[in-house]
Amino acid sequence: MNLPDYSVVFDNWAFLMLGMQETLRISAFAVVIGFMIGSAVGLLRLSRVRVLRMAAGAYVEFIRGTPLLVQLYILYFGLPSIGIDLTARAAAIIGLSINSGAYVAEIVRAGIQSIDKGQTEAARSLGMSGHLAMIFVILPQAFRRIIPPLVNEFIILIKDSSLLSLIAITELMRAGQHIRSRTYQDFEIFTAIAILYFIVTFTLSNILGVLERRLQVSD
Amino acid sequence: MIEVRDLHKSFGDLEVLKGITTSIARGEVVVLIGASGSGKSTFLRCLNLLEIPQRGEITIDGQVVTSRRVDINRIRQEVGMVFQQFNLFPHKKALDNITLALLKVKKIKAKEARETGLELLAKVGLSDKANAYPRHLSGGQQQRVAIARALAMRPKVMLFDEPTSALDPEMIKEVLNVMKQLAADGMTMVVVSHEMGFAREAADRVIFLDEGIIVEEGSPEEIYTNAKVQRTKDFLSQIL
Ligand SMILES: Nc1ncnc2c1ncn2[C@@H]1O[C@H](COP(=O)(O)OP(=O)(O)O)[C@@H](O)[C@H]1O
Ligand SMILES: [Mg+2]
Repeated sequence: MNLPDYSVVFDNWAFLMLGMQETLRISAFAVVIGFMIGSAVGLLRLSRVRVLRMAAGAYVEFIRGTPLLVQLYILYFGLPSIGIDLTARAAAIIGLSINSGAYVAEIVRAGIQSIDKGQTEAARSLGMSGHLAMIFVILPQAFRRIIPPLVNEFIILIKDSSLLSLIAITELMRAGQHIRSRTYQDFEIFTAIAILYFIVTFTLSNILGVLERRLQVSD
Repeated sequence: MIEVRDLHKSFGDLEVLKGITTSIARGEVVVLIGASGSGKSTFLRCLNLLEIPQRGEITIDGQVVTSRRVDINRIRQEVGMVFQQFNLFPHKKALDNITLALLKVKKIKAKEARETGLELLAKVGLSDKANAYPRHLSGGQQQRVAIARALAMRPKVMLFDEPTSALDPEMIKEVLNVMKQLAADGMTMVVVSHEMGFAREAADRVIFLDEGIIVEEGSPEEIYTNAKVQRTKDFLSQIL
């Protein structure tokens, strides 16, 4: 066994940080877009209109039932082969957002359904329409319950973004691969990358943990 | 005030209400009694259209509410409902529970809604709890806020579905007192409750419901002490 020599990490620090930036940038876009998709689809899954409900259900099932890597390959390699060119970044953001949206949709749906039926009945018995009841009674309560699983989902998204290294995005993982192909110091580089991912996800779960506690105090 | 004619309601194959006919006068207080599962809640919920009956007609204040053309949300404003489990909005303070529908449904100005809310809180004896969240209130206090919330819409009728059966004994009285006051003020009320003290004091009429039909009805005295039908007697002997 050789003793690890982490100077390789510090020698390539700037490059790793560029990769980190790309990871964070793309993840941030995907989190926001995925949240918007997921909220809309989650509500559609509870729609009174059967077709909408089924379409939303089909989207969720299909995305959750297929590997993210395959979805990314369809966008990045598949679409150009039928004449639709996407930049790597566009494919990355679209792919991650669509993927995350399906999981967020389930979180949103479950959050809404977890609110006691009596809440809707109380609101409706005051003459509130279904929409008013949803906006002012159900969603504010569901939102608080959704936060922990949502944080979880965002963390998964950031980790999953490492797959973007396979569609020519120089994010953190791929930056590491570049360095290793020059230096062959796989152990140092990949452990350093693991720690960098962990710092991001751990920070995120702490920030949102604080937010969650704030919300709980105020209700 | 309320006319119910031949009301039928089924859930799937289970027929819960099997032809209810009755009328309730303005200002009348009616107490509904009957075994668990006899259809008391279902009947009440039909009156504010939380359940839609399959057959029969309900008229409230001259308006046929079971007609397909009515605006359900409008009807419900006129029929207040108080639930066994209170169903306060946990994310809203007591006052905001009361004013929410005033603001969003009646679109009343914030200042005016607030005044109405505070007035109603005073009426149910909770002036000091305006800014308390429901989870910081006792069951009895929560139920009183729920009553105030329903009253805020200025309903013509108030429905109570076992308003005290989720409460600890020492809190039952404070809720019943509010209801008695309401009855004394002339509110038309339909109350599902086995609180005989309340019925004797405040009710004009007691209706005994069994397996989806009205078996017997009369003054509290007639029902509680001189029931004519054997099923009524049997039921009363179980709860007394
Ligand atoms: N939404 C529903 N779906 C199916 N069955 C129901 C529903 N609501 C009530 N029931 C049934 O109808 C019967 C009467 O219920 P309910 O009106 O709640 O009785 P009560 O209030 O007198 O105890 C019960 O057998 C109950 O299980
Ligand atoms: Mg009941």
